[in-house]
Amino acid sequence: MNTLTHLWNHKRYRLYLYQAVVLILLGAALFWLGHNTWINLKQRGIQSGFDFLSDTAGFDIGETFLITFDGSQTYWQAFLVGLLNTLKVSLCGLVLASVLGLWVGLGRGSLHPLIKLFCSTYIELIRNVPLMIQLLMWYVLLVEYLPPSTEPYSWFHHFYLSQEGFAYPGFIWLQSPEGNPTLSSHWIWSRPVFDPQGVHTDFNWSPEFLSITLALSLYTSAFIAEIVRAGIQSVARGQIEAAQSLALTPWQIKRWVVLPQAARMITPPLTNQYLNLVKNSSLAVVVGYPDLVNIANTALNQTGRALECIAILMLVYLTLSLVIAWGMNRTNDKVRHYLKKGDDFAPLKLTQRA
Amino acid sequence: MKTHFSLEKNRFLFIFCLSLIFFSEFSWAGKTLDSIKQKDQISCGVNTGLAGFGSADSQGKWSGLDVDICRAIASAVLGSADKVRFVPLSAPQRFAALQSGEIDILSRNTTFSLTRDASLGLHQTAVTFYDGQGFMVPAKMNIKSAKQLKGATVCVQSGTTTEKNLNDFSKANKLEVKPIVFEKLEAANAAYFSGRCKAYTTDASGLASIRSKEAKDPKEHVILPELISKEPLGPMVRRGDDEWLAITKWVIYGLLEAEELGIDSKSVENLKNQSTDPAVLRLLGKSDDMGKLLGLDREWIARAVAQVGNYSEIFDRNVGEKTPLALKRGLNALWTRGGLQYAMPIR
Repeated sequence: MNTLTHLWNHKRYRLYLYQAVVLILLGAALFWLGHNTWINLKQRGIQSGFDFLSDTAGFDIGETFLITFDGSQTYWQAFLVGLLNTLKVSLCGLVLASVLGLWVGLGRGSLHPLIKLFCSTYIELIRNVPLMIQLLMWYVLLVEYLPPSTEPYSWFHHFYLSQEGFAYPGFIWLQSPEGNPTLSSHWIWSRPVFDPQGVHTDFNWSPEFLSITLALSLYTSAFIAEIVRAGIQSVARGQIEAAQSLALTPWQIKRWVVLPQAARMITPPLTNQYLNLVKNSSLAVVVGYPDLVNIANTALNQTGRALECIAILMLVYLTLSLVIAWGMNRTNDKVRHYLKKGDDFAPLKLTQRA
Repeated sequence: MKTHFSLEKNRFLFIFCLSLIFFSEFSWAGKTLDSIKQKDQISCGVNTGLAGFGSADSQGKWSGLDVDICRAIASAVLGSADKVRFVPLSAPQRFAALQSGEIDILSRNTTFSLTRDASLGLHQTAVTFYDGQGFMVPAKMNIKSAKQLKGATVCVQSGTTTEKNLNDFSKANKLEVKPIVFEKLEAANAAYFSGRCKAYTTDASGLASIRSKEAKDPKEHVILPELISKEPLGPMVRRGDDEWLAITKWVIYGLLEAEELGIDSKSVENLKNQSTDPAVLRLLGKSDDMGKLLGLDREWIARAVAQVGNYSEIFDRNVGEKTPLALKRGLNALWTRGGLQYAMPIR
């Protein structure tokens, strides 16, 4: 009894107790929800489980990245293809949106009125139109106005743009034919070939991929530009004046004084934009790009396993988002200590006007 | 910014999943008919817009073959063909909407298959339209057979059995076609009509519908003769509600039987009083009361035929040769005329 009273009176243990109670309640609630779902599924004769993942998918995927796929492979391999396609779009989108966002953000703070006007218009136009509509617009524009693949735009006989997509050259790994020792496996240069039937290529960005990448990067870049502008404006004027008095050029001031200090302001909201971009990539299904959601939709419709397919989607997007958040938090830690190691309050001091 | 799985887009899927997760007691058995009578209305899941099968006009008035089936059932059960609330559903939404109880019957050009009958907690009723998956290509390509589509890019609508059939056909004929799977009909249509895809594939009736509604000149597109799959379309209902299942099934058979016996919306009143054919009298409730066995009144089919028409009237009005879809009866002719439509005997 004495021990219990003692524990109760001890603040730390009391807090532990509260936490334990909450944890148990949460666990019980989760168990109840799961159990309930299971019973309901059973009662209504709806079959469930993840066993379908090892069944033959039976559908083809028009566009794959890194690995190949055909209908005789399994559902989980189809999901993998979808995931890789999602990653491809997300990565391209992240890079393009960051580069574009940085430049437009810098341009927004430019002293040149035309550049400033252009950047402001760009931001207001892009970020105020729903992404889905922009996506459909880009897709319809691309497929409507590009020429058919029998008469593509071409550049230097190495790049072709048509309704089939953007064909470009690259290196491919050529396996030596079996039982032929005279030819060893090696890299070969592969470029698109154009003949009256159309363009034949090993490397191609389809109009679906182009439109979703374009729409995602433009849309996100407008938000990033605003974040960059805000970050730059948060740098104290004294810092710039000090740099000017040291006779640094405008570019040097931007690169060595303004941007490093702005970076610590920019990184946390930038993380949000990156997370949004990855999640928004799920709109790819609208224009027929075979991303994870597209594949999951097909799987869901063929197997009827709605709960399972949605659970997979949620898990994958959650994992992707957590990885990005983790990476960005590490970047944040770095830029926070960029100026003065170990000084957590540096940003406060810097923003104080003299 | 919302992700793809926003509530508006997949409302039914979400309500369904949430209801599975949260509600403890679910027992729908025998309740659909009671709740329909109580609401005095049938909730019918239909296509968001497929000309000839289920589409709303500018005044919000629904028409189509699938729509008329629901109207006929409402007429038989509730006495008026207008006591239907139509719920437009996309392909991925439809089963969840039925499973969750949002709708009482799903009449949305849905293909019957073993997987759907056995694993979704749903029942197939009777076939209202025998269809098959076909291909549409621009006429100027001069393609005469689907087997000429080697290496072609093909536009597909998601949420259907289409992707699998296409894969099977492509494998069997070594065609290596590349599918582009769209969720949005607008994007799929834009891709096909701009030439991004060499061919468009879905049920042949759907192709006819898209051609009549979306093409600048319907004559510039041909539907190839091969059908690569069997697509028996018809309404589905929830499992565990046998009364309601029986009603939907027998109303459809009743419409077919009416055609077979030569009863249509114009002749039904006369035949009721003047016919001497025992089969006609039985169907129209003049001799035996068949409706009672289903929990309905004597006049169930007589009323449905008077208000909506028999099967051939429904077919001709919505998809027949005089409509923009211009579909022949073909497989959907009565069994007595070389087709597949065969009503179980009403006796």
